[in-house]
Amino acid sequence: MEKFIIWLLPLPPLLSFFVILLFTNKNKALSHSIAVGAAGLSWLGSMIIFIRALGVKEFGKHIFGSSINWLPTGSTWLRIGVQIDPFSAVVVFFVAWTVLAIFVYSIGYHNFGQPKGDHDVAGLPPHGATVTENGHKHTIPSIEPMYSRFFAFISLFAFGMYTLVVSDNLLTLFVGWEIMGLCSYLLIGFWFGKPSARNAAVKAFMTTRIGDVFMLLGIAFVYSFTGSLSFSEIFKPEMLHALASTPAFFGLSAAGIIGLLLFIGTVGKSAQWPLHVWLPDAMEGPTPVSAMIHAATMVSAGVYMVIRMFPLISAGWTEGMPLNTTMSVIAFIGAFTALFAATIAVAQNDIKRVLAYSTISQLGFMIAALGVGAYVAAAFHLVTHAFFKALLFLGSGSVIHGMEHGVLHTGEQVDAQDMFNMGGLRKKMPITFWTFLIGGFALSGFPVLTAGFWSKDEIFAEAFGNGHLAVFIILAVAAFLTAFYTMRQITLTFFGKPRTTAAEHANETTWTMTVPLIVLSIFAVGFGWVGIPEQFPGLGGLVPNWFHEFVGGTLAELPKAVEFSWVPLITSLCVALGGLFLGWLMYRKVKSPKQDFLQIPVLKNKWYFDEIYNFVFVKPAYWIAEKFTSLYMDQTVIDGFLHSVARFSLFLGHAFRNYFDKPVINEFIGDGTGNVVKVSGSGLRKIQAGRIQYYMVVSISVLVIFALLYYFMIGGR
Amino acid sequence: MSIPLNWYLILAAALFSIGLFGVLSRKNAIAILLGVELMLNAVNINLVAFWRYLDPVKMAGQVFAIIVFAVAAAEVAVGLALIISVYRRRRTVVADEIDLMKW
Repeated sequence: MEKFIIWLLPLPPLLSFFVILLFTNKNKALSHSIAVGAAGLSWLGSMIIFIRALGVKEFGKHIFGSSINWLPTGSTWLRIGVQIDPFSAVVVFFVAWTVLAIFVYSIGYHNFGQPKGDHDVAGLPPHGATVTENGHKHTIPSIEPMYSRFFAFISLFAFGMYTLVVSDNLLTLFVGWEIMGLCSYLLIGFWFGKPSARNAAVKAFMTTRIGDVFMLLGIAFVYSFTGSLSFSEIFKPEMLHALASTPAFFGLSAAGIIGLLLFIGTVGKSAQWPLHVWLPDAMEGPTPVSAMIHAATMVSAGVYMVIRMFPLISAGWTEGMPLNTTMSVIAFIGAFTALFAATIAVAQNDIKRVLAYSTISQLGFMIAALGVGAYVAAAFHLVTHAFFKALLFLGSGSVIHGMEHGVLHTGEQVDAQDMFNMGGLRKKMPITFWTFLIGGFALSGFPVLTAGFWSKDEIFAEAFGNGHLAVFIILAVAAFLTAFYTMRQITLTFFGKPRTTAAEHANETTWTMTVPLIVLSIFAVGFGWVGIPEQFPGLGGLVPNWFHEFVGGTLAELPKAVEFSWVPLITSLCVALGGLFLGWLMYRKVKSPKQDFLQIPVLKNKWYFDEIYNFVFVKPAYWIAEKFTSLYMDQTVIDGFLHSVARFSLFLGHAFRNYFDKPVINEFIGDGTGNVVKVSGSGLRKIQAGRIQYYMVVSISVLVIFALLYYFMIGGR
Repeated sequence: MSIPLNWYLILAAALFSIGLFGVLSRKNAIAILLGVELMLNAVNINLVAFWRYLDPVKMAGQVFAIIVFAVAAAEVAVGLALIISVYRRRRTVVADEIDLMKW
């Protein structure tokens, strides 16, 4: 029963994709009904699986799974299949909720029910429609021209994520991974009429591709070493032991190399430094896409994969030992990214870009947690982050939508995404405000109440408790900055007075957008309570630390809960509250970017990484393409070779014609045969005298001659 | 059995030579046909003589002779018919003048 549902889990979104694309493209209402219905079906299946999983004692030892022989590889079979273990069960849980919320939200975001735009074209965001009401003209938001297409694409996106999560092997996981890569390309470039969106789509695709290539290498390495790609085979203790004790290159074991290669895939997909550059540009897509990429699917997939491969990465390592090389690299990159992205986020003015950098930073937290061996903490933060980041993105989309309404209403030409054009929106958009506040506080780790606090606190506790002080300090600074820029964002957007007339005329969005916000905000608060450490003062033990027990059961042995210590708790409290307070204090009076002293060019320009990459990779690539490949390789070497081949064949053909075909075939064989026949015919016709007695004489003489010959030569003996 | 085999053979050879001479020397097509008949009968004499003298038990010689008669009769019928036909069209039975097939 469960197995059957797991097999079917990714199917509805895929069907929805094809049905919308092939049949219902013209009908907007039918298209979104199919897409949301499909997401609902998958949601239902996911909930059934999740609840069934809760009912199983020691679920980590009795997981749901089934597999089939798929591809014959010589004498063996490559098996593919599905499985749900505790970790993928919680991932499926958050994926189902966030995907459904985003689907419903998209209906409102793309202005369903509004009139067609005056001069909207496919490939550009809708410009608004003019309507006449009570004698005077209004401009109101207009419906997205490629409405159905959007739902087809996000359905495929959801299919990719479900496939990835239910896979029991690296191959189908990689298939889902690449489907999402494609969908991110399609959706970031959804408004392909804008050059910036086109470039962002290409950038996202190319950057993640770098990681994917390395990941594929890692998968190939796993397969060549173990002869299998399924997790249960790779994670067998003896296999892990063999992997960990086989030296490969650079002084690393096979497990270490594989772990690093797969981790590079994650670096690309989850936008870790140095492959983080695509993610902020991905904000060019519609906001539901940003939520989809940043919370529900794509970047979570990267973290999901690396957490999934944790037994391999940590092969040969037990808690308390110094980290192995691979884990040190992971911890370093994660911590560095967390801090690095947070510093950029404080200087961004675009509401979505702040969130984009905060996503990079929070993913860094998860990666760093995994690097220091805090498996459960990483998984916990993955889930809570998915909820509150989906909430924040949808909230920011709601803000932008409200602002766009104001912009269209007043006709004022301002950027609807710039936070310095907002202000005072809490009264105009109360539901958006409260849900955004909850999401923001969860992101900052507001103590006790929010989910983000519990997951972040666990990461701090693990980093501190296992003695990784450097990681702990870096993450603490990053967390402080997180709280700071989050409060800066909330203050600039919602508090104070409207700084533009457009902001004055912003209004609350429709229910299809606010209901998902409310649902997600419940999880952004409540999901933290399932993972309260047992020893937490006051609250610990009131509810059991279910998350640790459940998800920890995925591993071969349950990881020990870290000893409680006041240091990380107080740090966590200080950075969260301090950051929030400072953010409010600094930005409550700020009127324009000029008064914001954190607009430092180096932060504003993202530490110039785009420029550096442009200089180091893009420019040389163009140079090589133009000067070397095109001019030298293509036009000189390849064309030269081709031309000489052509010339040679021409010469050969000419020679054959003049020296073989004409003299030999035509004259000798062709005409020659005819001439021989003619000459011999005219010679022979002379004996055709027509006199019967002449014939008789000839035949008799021949007979006599032969008879005599016979008689004297043979018969005579 | 007083007449030896050789005599028969000499007779047959003489007859054959007369027939051959007739075939080669006469201009009249009917005469040529007569020559052919003589040659056939010379052969018949040979066949019968050999049978009688060498292998009288088996009937092969007689049978061949009878077949040659039959063929000769048929040949004469066809040959005369042809000659009559040619004569009707060209008013001649001289072999040299029947030269339509000549180039």
